[in-house]
Amino acid sequence: MSAFNAIGENVERDRNEYTPGLEPQPTWCPGCGDFGVLKALKGAAAELGLSPEEMLVVTGIGCSGKLNSYFDSYGFHTIHGRSLPIARAAKLANPGLTVVAAGGDGDGYGIGGNHFMHSARENHDMTYIVFNNEIFGLTKGQTSPTSPKGHKSKTQPHGSAKQPLRPLSMSLNAGASYVARTAAVNPNQAKDIIVEAIEHDGFSHIDFLTQCPTWNKDAKQYVPYIDINDSEDYDIDISDRKSAADMMYETEDALNEGTVLTGRYYHDEERPSYQQEKQNIGEMPEEPLAERYFDEDYEWERSYDMFLDKHK
Amino acid sequence: MTDDELIWRIAGGSGDGIASTSQNFAKALMRSGLHVFTHRHYPSRIRGGHTYTEIRASADPVKSRGDGYNFLLALGDSFARNPQENAYYGNEEVKPLSENLDELREGGVIVYDSGLLDTSEIEDFDERVEENGWHVYDIDLRTMAREHGREVMRNTAGVGVTCAIAGIDTEWIENLMRDAMPEKILDPNLEILQAAYDLVQEEYDVDAPDISVPEGEHDEEQVLLSGSDAIAYGALDEGCRFIAGYPMTPWTEVFTIMSQNLPEVGGISEQVEDEIAAAALAIGASHAGTKAMSGSSGGGFALMSEPLGLAEMTETPVVLVEAMRAGPSTGMPTKPEQGDLEHVLYTSQGDSHRVVFAPAGAEEAYHQTRKAFQIAYEYQIPSIVLYDQKNGGELQNVPASVFDEEPNGDIGSVISEEDLADAPHDPSGKYNRFQYEGENGVSQRSIPGQKGGRYLATGNEHMPAGHIAEDPDNRVYQVNRRMEKLEAIRAELDDGEVPNNTQYGPEDAEYGIMTFGSQQGTVEEAVDRLNDDGHSVKALGVSEMAPYPVEQVSEFLESVDECLVVEMNASAQFRGLTQKEIGKYGEKLSSLLKYNGNPFEPEEITEGFVTSIVEGEELPTHETKFVPAASD
Repeated sequence: MSAFNAIGENVERDRNEYTPGLEPQPTWCPGCGDFGVLKALKGAAAELGLSPEEMLVVTGIGCSGKLNSYFDSYGFHTIHGRSLPIARAAKLANPGLTVVAAGGDGDGYGIGGNHFMHSARENHDMTYIVFNNEIFGLTKGQTSPTSPKGHKSKTQPHGSAKQPLRPLSMSLNAGASYVARTAAVNPNQAKDIIVEAIEHDGFSHIDFLTQCPTWNKDAKQYVPYIDINDSEDYDIDISDRKSAADMMYETEDALNEGTVLTGRYYHDEERPSYQQEKQNIGEMPEEPLAERYFDEDYEWERSYDMFLDKHK
Repeated sequence: MTDDELIWRIAGGSGDGIASTSQNFAKALMRSGLHVFTHRHYPSRIRGGHTYTEIRASADPVKSRGDGYNFLLALGDSFARNPQENAYYGNEEVKPLSENLDELREGGVIVYDSGLLDTSEIEDFDERVEENGWHVYDIDLRTMAREHGREVMRNTAGVGVTCAIAGIDTEWIENLMRDAMPEKILDPNLEILQAAYDLVQEEYDVDAPDISVPEGEHDEEQVLLSGSDAIAYGALDEGCRFIAGYPMTPWTEVFTIMSQNLPEVGGISEQVEDEIAAAALAIGASHAGTKAMSGSSGGGFALMSEPLGLAEMTETPVVLVEAMRAGPSTGMPTKPEQGDLEHVLYTSQGDSHRVVFAPAGAEEAYHQTRKAFQIAYEYQIPSIVLYDQKNGGELQNVPASVFDEEPNGDIGSVISEEDLADAPHDPSGKYNRFQYEGENGVSQRSIPGQKGGRYLATGNEHMPAGHIAEDPDNRVYQVNRRMEKLEAIRAELDDGEVPNNTQYGPEDAEYGIMTFGSQQGTVEEAVDRLNDDGHSVKALGVSEMAPYPVEQVSEFLESVDECLVVEMNASAQFRGLTQKEIGKYGEKLSSLLKYNGNPFEPEEITEGFVTSIVEGEELPTHETKFVPAASD
């Protein structure tokens, strides 16, 4: 019998199973886009029939970091920008877990930018949702890496001199094998994308546009969005890197102009996940590493038997 | 010159094969029945630059590098043969000779490669040889190597010459070569070894050797390994199967050994983007139910400050190793120092705590690494193995039986699914993972994937089920609970199962010498010599830095009139820690400090003790510094 009986115990589920009962109530502001992410994640988990106890939701710091306070599963609320290294190690240690990492644009593209780049490069089998509201919310409204050029805030009183970062292009170029953008204003599209992302065997990056009604009243996420996969104006092949790259570039420019384009941009189903690659070269066990510690019959090797000969 | 030991120094350029040659030679000496101890000195560059390794061999156990040396094998300097046209040559060709003569003892032996080195370029070479009674062998090792194989094999020729002069049976070397070398290079190496041996036999009077190597016999099987090996094996035997790291000297050694061995036992090693990620990965893997470790050296460990605090707040077990080198900042990458003690003890914000071990040698490093895992996993707290470039890299012989211990796959205080069914849960259905009814502050954790164990781990202050909270009563409850663990840990460490805080020398001695970590062996040797010279001294090597062994250290200090604290840093960090923790005996404690990039030699300690404590005079050199007791 496995020590992790919740894993794979997947039955038909209701989204309310992921609501943590009596407490705590979300502290997000009324009208916050983060409610849309929470709703979409609950919907996706229910649709996939995932046991709350086989899910590990790892978050960073900021309003987005509270996602796992309001989503009932195993959770790890980490520190500024560090959700990804913690999440990917948990997945390596126990590949049976469904691992979702989440953070904001400051958390994920700013302080955690290095981890983002390398997690995408390595193509860990996990889902990364970035709440992108183009602002630091919980620290009260400073300019973020995705804030548009000229954005004024208390820390950038003369308007930002910096170009906003291009999260989609960045993640594609770093090596993510699934890249999508969705928006809190359409939780149905968001839910479908999260389902796809969790099912994808590789690093799935979702740039999730979330409006911040308190600190970023200019946010373009209120503008009706266009789904590039449904619209007849766009014809892209999401399995083709070049096509995805062009479309992402156009999307990122368009957002600066006030046009919100969302949908699936890239889905590489051929590339093996990092776990698979590591198994192929013999540096990762076939059975989940974590199981071994709960198996009373497992025989632990000793350095005395295995490694000491070369020192004699 | 003493007859009872050989201290063989092989000197040349980085890239000359100094490390591999000396390692093989040390092992051959060990196999012949001797006790050995090696000391490395190398610059922070890949090729060229001056480097040496010393092997001290004796029939009796050896604990330190000793003082000076008595046999120099001077190879060339690979930098001198750098084919790059504009490379700076300077006087590199004589460096292996000119750089090393100061510490060569009277009556010592010099063998140099006359194919590469020319003593006429060293101004006063002949005078010094005569003054010191050195025996000089100028042998064209390069040509010999070239004739029988390749030029790079001249270190083998040097070993052959050494054997002939010192009367060492080449069979020990040959056997090692057969074990270690692929056939293609084995034969030429064996030829060179023999040719070099024969040459000395024919051309020199070896019936009256200038130096002789003692004969010894071990009463049990020995292995030759470093502190880094011992830390890695301790981790493996404790069931650690996950490591994440970023290369940084000298921590890289542990990381490399683990990375090479883990696939063999079905473990995972990750080289990641930076040290913040490395520590965070270890935390993530541990959270998911494995035994995990990470580590670094000073500058990299600085980045781990933040995940270290997270591990404490979320009560995620993790073991970090910190290999000290001279700082601050990137300091001197390949030189030992004990300057990170305070950094390791106090880094990370708030009232944060961790357990810190500072093993003295390979044997202690093995046991204390195992203990570090047991404490971390039982008490859900970060524990740190603090060592330095010296004990990480020096090879010494240790009885193989030290490692003949049962492995431990026990993951510590984790609740089972059966027990979860009856465990307290909060109204939201989450397991109250941060609540306890026991006496040591430890609450059993659940592992993601376990039924009924959902909880939130967070770096924020939290309620029993993990929800973020700033409730004052809960805050006090949680802080007290986390701090209670430390008392329980202190009690467990005091039970004496693990070699720790070792006292050495006559129980009723008048004076004490205290030290920590890598300097312990050197201090013990100094204590032996001082007592032989009629002084009354004992030593205490402390290897638990946090929680501090207040009782044991107090007893020691109570029993002596004065105590010299020996450590490799400029600000007397260990002495400061001792006074902070104990709060008295300040008038008994004076410091002997060294921070020039080289570890203490026993003589520096005996001299420091006699000159400063006994005679009350100034130290004769600037290499070590005396800081008197507070009342002086």
